[in-house]
Amino acid sequence: MIKAVMVMNTQGKPRLAKFYDYQPMEKQQELIRSVFSALSSRAENVSNFVEADAIFGLDSRLVYKHYATLYFVFVFDSSENELAMLDLIQVFVETLDKCFKNVCELDIVFNYSKMQTVLDEIVFGGQVLETSSAEVTKVVEEISKLEAASNAITLVPKTVSSWRGR
Amino acid sequence: MGSQGGFGQSKEFLDLVKSIGEARSKSEEDRIILGEIETLKRRIVEPDIPKRKMKEYIIRLVYVEMLGHDASFGYIHAVKMTHDDSLLLKRTGYLAVTLFLNEDHDLIILIVNTIQKDLRSDNYLVVCAALNAVCRLINEETIPAVLPQVVELLGHAKEAVRKKAVMALHRFYQKSPASVLHLISNFRKTLCDKDPGVMGATLCPLFDLVTIDVKSFKDLVISFISILKQVAERRLPKSYDYHQMPAPFIQIKLLKVLALLGSGDKQASEQMYTVLGDVFKKCDTSCNIGNAVLYECICCVSCIYPNTKLLETAADAISKFLKSDTHNLKYMGIDALGRLIKISPDIAEQHQLAVIDCLEDPDDTLKRKTFELLYKMTKSTNVNVIVDRMIDYMISINDNHYKTEIASRCVELAEQFAPSNHWFIQTMNKVFEHAGDLVNIKVAHNLMRLIAEGFGEDDDTTDSQLRSSAVESYLRIIAEPKLPSVFLQMICWVLGEYGTTDGKYSASYITGKLCDVAEAYSNDETVKAYAITALMKLYAYEIAAGRKVDILPECQSLIEELSVSHSTDLQQRAYELQALIGLDACAVESVMPSDASCEDIEIDKSLSFLNHYVQESLEKGAQPYIPESERTGMLNISSFRNEDHHEASMHGLRFEAYELPKPMVPSKSPVTYTPSTELVPVPEPSYSREVHTSTAVPSISNSGSTELKLRLDGVQKKWGRPSYSSGSTSTSESSSQKTVNGVAQTESVSTSTSRAQATSSFDLKKPQVEISPEKQRLAASLFGGPIKTDKRPTSSKVVKSSSHATEKPPVAKAADTASEKSTPVQPPPDLLDLGEPTVTSSAPLIDPFKQLEGLLDQGENVSAPNHGAVNANKASDVMSLYVEIAASGQSGGAVNPVPTNGDDMLSGLSGMGIRTASPGGPAGSSPLSKGPNLRDALEKDALVRQMGVTPTSQNPNLFKDLLG
Repeated sequence: MIKAVMVMNTQGKPRLAKFYDYQPMEKQQELIRSVFSALSSRAENVSNFVEADAIFGLDSRLVYKHYATLYFVFVFDSSENELAMLDLIQVFVETLDKCFKNVCELDIVFNYSKMQTVLDEIVFGGQVLETSSAEVTKVVEEISKLEAASNAITLVPKTVSSWRGR
Repeated sequence: MGSQGGFGQSKEFLDLVKSIGEARSKSEEDRIILGEIETLKRRIVEPDIPKRKMKEYIIRLVYVEMLGHDASFGYIHAVKMTHDDSLLLKRTGYLAVTLFLNEDHDLIILIVNTIQKDLRSDNYLVVCAALNAVCRLINEETIPAVLPQVVELLGHAKEAVRKKAVMALHRFYQKSPASVLHLISNFRKTLCDKDPGVMGATLCPLFDLVTIDVKSFKDLVISFISILKQVAERRLPKSYDYHQMPAPFIQIKLLKVLALLGSGDKQASEQMYTVLGDVFKKCDTSCNIGNAVLYECICCVSCIYPNTKLLETAADAISKFLKSDTHNLKYMGIDALGRLIKISPDIAEQHQLAVIDCLEDPDDTLKRKTFELLYKMTKSTNVNVIVDRMIDYMISINDNHYKTEIASRCVELAEQFAPSNHWFIQTMNKVFEHAGDLVNIKVAHNLMRLIAEGFGEDDDTTDSQLRSSAVESYLRIIAEPKLPSVFLQMICWVLGEYGTTDGKYSASYITGKLCDVAEAYSNDETVKAYAITALMKLYAYEIAAGRKVDILPECQSLIEELSVSHSTDLQQRAYELQALIGLDACAVESVMPSDASCEDIEIDKSLSFLNHYVQESLEKGAQPYIPESERTGMLNISSFRNEDHHEASMHGLRFEAYELPKPMVPSKSPVTYTPSTELVPVPEPSYSREVHTSTAVPSISNSGSTELKLRLDGVQKKWGRPSYSSGSTSTSESSSQKTVNGVAQTESVSTSTSRAQATSSFDLKKPQVEISPEKQRLAASLFGGPIKTDKRPTSSKVVKSSSHATEKPPVAKAADTASEKSTPVQPPPDLLDLGEPTVTSSAPLIDPFKQLEGLLDQGENVSAPNHGAVNANKASDVMSLYVEIAASGQSGGAVNPVPTNGDDMLSGLSGMGIRTASPGGPAGSSPLSKGPNLRDALEKDALVRQMGVTPTSQNPNLFKDLLG
């Protein structure tokens, strides 16, 4: 089972933190901090795996990937495969890239809810739901369209149109 | 794209994010967020907020919370938002509540109704959103409220919904297995769903179910196998392919399930062999996910009933992993090796070089994994090398969690495989010195027991050698600053017990050291207690031996200091010591016999020695003893008469004096005799007892015969007395022993002692039985060095290699060629050792040397100025080599300004990313620009490759270390 998904930038600022088992806010912050310190102490050109027993308790592994200014982190237990998780990160990023057309940190900051939608389509309740980024993109687009449609009825059109333009 | 509206957010939010991004310090950030919270608090309660605005507020709340500030004032608004009809707002609401609330939050009850409604919605996206919320927000109590609807959704027309419904059920199962137990058949049904995605989702709950109860799912083995077969044969729609692999995630899950089902089941396993072989063959090892499937195959093969052919295939796959350049694959290889080694221990031999490389690797994760592997492959022949390396590593790390783990592993291996007592003690010293307080206290107790008991079998000389070597090493270590408490306690105990036994050190020398310890660690009461008890023992031995005791002035002051200590325990010990010094040699000898810590202290639990006396009293007309349990039911006189004796024996153990580990009461006689229970220590307990006994006897018999209340008192005294009269030596000794040993709650002593004996005898036998010359050679070659204790001390490598050469002429020849070939590499003779096992294990002789040649070539490549060649090799791993945004100098801030086209984060994706190379600047033609400075990165990469790939450049150091 996947225990947590985090995205943070290279300065340790969280950009997304999703825990599939509830963690109180203070604990979340602590976990994010310790993950960041574990990651930042790692050299380049080493493996993408970190043993996370000390941070998340027994039987925890952590896989991360460093893209530009962001770390993408998946934490999970022994029922998942490390290499597969590494590819799942790639699926996630690939999908974000498709949704945002060349994704960058700013996209993620400002489209927090969309990123959550993407993640929810890939990982559901701690289990891998979908691994094809094309499928995920399709669903997310559909949701966006519907959301926009339901928006258009009730909300100020100007902002919406520009938002849809993306 | 410059318009901020492009993000669909207001200027306000943009400014917020920007200012947080630019915040110089944590406190500045906090200040900004606190301001934001104030704003939100005000705004969110304003009437008639447009919905879009409201959505933004909620997102801002989530953002605030993500940065670690409390946003609970807004939870209710998020809950309200889930009620909204607009899909956008509803989804935002659900998102916010899933992030804000835990399943036991009070507000959940307000959402359950909405969820119920939404699960029935016509819009499948609404249903999906609700299912998503169900996973996070429903707890054991609320499961029944939504369960029927979720089950109904298993038959939904949309496969996306079915998939999520399966997973929601899985989630319920995780939270409360009982609530969905009756629904397990549904999982079997959905396994046959026409949509492969739903089938794949079903594997998750089935995996959990099979983990818990293998037996009841054996019938599914065939189904799983046929599914795996279909997947592997690409019968699934193309859309399930990922990087040209057919549905790899489903394959992985299936392999995991099969591993569980086939474990220890020959029949089931045999059914799997064919399909596993197929999957093995079809794995595309050039991509990450192919290797993931391959790794899972290896795991499965190592779990199920072994099949030689598959094991060979697995071993081949492992060697490919280990030879790979990427750390990820090496890590998987080491992990897989650790799994396979349980079944076929021989395969490690082929990979010695790779393993040693990984051990030397700068990557911590890989290193730890390798230590795990070594731990699994430890034998009595290689224990020295492995434990030494573990300890070295343990010293080098700061992470307490892992330090504890590796320390306990060291201890475990040392206890299990120790080749000699001396080595064992040295090893334990190192562990204690460096991991000290992280080590379980039991380990220290075990070690004390080992020293006290010796190894049992042999004559006493080895034991005393062991002790004196321990004493010597402790005296050396004791002066070092900041030793861990546990270690000091042990040192004090051993010094007290055996410090003067071999006559090498005078009592005053050792007492001086002990006083230093007590002084240096004056905050640690336990250490002080151990120290003063050790002093007492040393003095006792001196007195018993008839020597005059000179109490050092610092000892004197220590005793005085402790006798007024706040701790009653320390006071007690100090007074006992003072009392003991006043006794004559004979008394001291019996109170504190030398080296008697292992003598069994006989406790006559039935107090049979009193029988005679009790009989006498009864004859004189005393009432029989009534056990406490029966005292209220005085009517059952007839029964207790019969059980009298029996009961008495049962109660013997309950008596306090025997159970208290701290001998406050028993060593101080008066409690039973002097009603005032004065705490002033009686200076001469051994004398006073006779007097007291004689007075006590009449009082018992008298009181016993008078009336019930008094009689009971008398009984207590009756039972109290023996601890003094006949059992006196043993009890007083036991009490002192207990404190002295520091080991022992009485119950544990006997059991653990026997265990320790068992293990220690085991220790002795093991090495002698197991060391076969072949294995010795293996270990020697595996770790490049001789086993220090087992082999003749080889001072120089040349000597060693020649000695081997005489044993094996052909190898010598090989060695010559090897040394010729490997001239540029540092100490060539070592390769002999590496070559040797391959000879014995009938693996191709040339292998290491071939490798060596290859490596030499590599090395030239690397050192050549042409980085491009190296890069070209790397190109397959495009994803990880990343073009930094920094290329255009924007990396600094947390928030980069709106990206230009070249900055796209994902440019390297799946090989299409060469277009991004342009902003890289001068060296931009390479996709390898990780980090701000390209050139640096390239050089570093070249260096790492050189180090990582070329075992020869690393290993010689290792060998040097080991050979001294």
